[in-house]
Amino acid sequence: MTSSITTAGVPTVSNPSSTKATLLSIRNVAKNFGRNVVLRNVSLEIAEGEFLTILGESGSGKTTLLRIIAGFETATSGELWMGGERLDHQPPYRRRVNTVFQHYALFPHLTVEQNVAYGLRVAKRPAAEIAQRVTEALEKVKMTAYAKAKPAKISGGQQQRVALARALVNRPRLLLLDEPLSALDANLRRQMQVELKSLQREVGIAFVFVTHDQEEAMVMSDRIALLRSGELEQVASPPEIYRRPATAYVAQFIGHTNLLKAEVRGGVVHWGGVSWPSSLPDGPTLFSLRPEHIRLAGGALAPGAVRVRGRIVQRAFHGATELIRVRCADGQVLAVRTAGGSGVQDPVELEFLPADAIPVRESSERN
Amino acid sequence: MFSRTYKFVITTPPLLWVTVFLLVPYALMFCYSFWSVTPAQAIVHSWNLENYQELLQKSVYWETLLRSMWIAARVMVFSLLLGYPLAYFLSFYGGKRKDLLYQMVIIPLWVSYLVRAYAWKTILGSEGVLNTLLQYVHFTRHPLEFLLYSPFAVVLTLTHIYTPFAILPIYAALEHIPRNLVEASHDLGATPAQTFWKVIFPLSIPGVVAGATFAFVLSLGDFLAPLLLGGPSGIMISNIVVSLFGAAYNWPLGAAISLGMLLIVVSLLFLSERVEKKWSFS
Repeated sequence: MTSSITTAGVPTVSNPSSTKATLLSIRNVAKNFGRNVVLRNVSLEIAEGEFLTILGESGSGKTTLLRIIAGFETATSGELWMGGERLDHQPPYRRRVNTVFQHYALFPHLTVEQNVAYGLRVAKRPAAEIAQRVTEALEKVKMTAYAKAKPAKISGGQQQRVALARALVNRPRLLLLDEPLSALDANLRRQMQVELKSLQREVGIAFVFVTHDQEEAMVMSDRIALLRSGELEQVASPPEIYRRPATAYVAQFIGHTNLLKAEVRGGVVHWGGVSWPSSLPDGPTLFSLRPEHIRLAGGALAPGAVRVRGRIVQRAFHGATELIRVRCADGQVLAVRTAGGSGVQDPVELEFLPADAIPVRESSERN
Repeated sequence: MFSRTYKFVITTPPLLWVTVFLLVPYALMFCYSFWSVTPAQAIVHSWNLENYQELLQKSVYWETLLRSMWIAARVMVFSLLLGYPLAYFLSFYGGKRKDLLYQMVIIPLWVSYLVRAYAWKTILGSEGVLNTLLQYVHFTRHPLEFLLYSPFAVVLTLTHIYTPFAILPIYAALEHIPRNLVEASHDLGATPAQTFWKVIFPLSIPGVVAGATFAFVLSLGDFLAPLLLGGPSGIMISNIVVSLFGAAYNWPLGAAISLGMLLIVVSLLFLSERVEKKWSFS
């Protein structure tokens, strides 16, 4: 990479925990199409070399946010800053940002090679340089053998690689990926997740990856930005967002969870006939308790653990584990992850550590 | 899926229609072109190649044919030059009024050909709208004579009449271009002009070829515009065919010319089909 990124003189809202320089700063971006509000007040910092996933359900505004970064949409309000310059004032063809489109958007009249060379050709790079960089890019994605093929003649997974090469050959500062794996079948998809991640490490370019698949987000990302109805619900690393979900929505969206509707009174949490001490303020409080943090009680009570009794209403075998749903005495149903084929019988006694019950904010109703 | 009877009932009428009104007339025309006509204007069913010999020997025929092709070529070029920008605007910037604007392209096709041809006569004549205006603003002292009864008038009128036929296939081709290709091009650093020449135009070539073929073939066979507006210098090959079948009562020679034109048109259609296939990718 020939250019150096200067952030000097830019009023950055830096992330103190991150040691890497900020590459892109999204500030209070909002977008509406007519009366339909798609994004509201989104602020996000993307660091150099980071793999950031924008995760959300369909209609959460994640693709719109990506399109605003790429320049295909204009934000209704807010700013984008990259390397000391307003990015949102530049047309898409001047932004050092490239995109891998959801359906790849390869040019059907050009060969694989010509597709990859496109960006360098329009930038009028010398022919020798184009040839060399295209060759390298095709090697990197293992598509050298198909250089002369037209896109219609290669498979979806191969088109995917070409789209990647076509974007990366321009050495962008930031690569945007709009659900690039959604069209692939499950096996190929898992393989591409691994390849994409190692490719990102290798090239060291910041990736902004959009997906609705929380598992994909967990596997690949350095950080996940969870978008819900046009607002950021939480931005954190995968372990952080899994272990410390900020809201009930995050807890439910990322992995499986049980939401316990408890009541805090005088430093004690009361839920379903059991109680444990807490420093939370009084009032109704929601707790997230992951199924794997609940065990089938046996023998002596673990120190500090609480126990509840219930009857099994459903079991689902997942191979290594089994997910059983237990109706407790007060009618609440708890999902419990146990070892596969444990052959547990009714009635059951469950046990969990109060420390594993994470207080979460009630998600505000939107839409 | 469908019963034999159903297929039979459904396919027979169109097949009959094509046979009676297309194949049989073509066969007749083919036969006539090898027959001859006596000075007393009786048609003799004796097979010979005299009509084709006359066609090649008399310069009036192939000169008129060449002139007709030259007129048709100009109509084709002007139709594309007018039609492409309009189709492009409609497809990419039509917005919510797209359907309305599209209808406005089609509406002129509902107006009778004769009305439109006569309208040009009114505009271009020596006492016409245009000449009166030009004299009024002292652009010219005498009416401009080349405006009417000239190849110019024919090219102008045919361009007016056949431009919608060029617009429609170009528009259809442009509509078929996935818009994310345009975005991908911008994303890769191409300016709007580069995007047009490297992505949009190449992908619209099938429509351009189809539109060009329409404009050329329809103009080549036209006889009303040259009849009404062409004058002696604007005569086209179809006018000769008309007079051979009518006043001259030389059906065999008329049939030979028609067959020659058919050959030209069919080869053109074949060629344009090949080009369209080469440039379509879906």
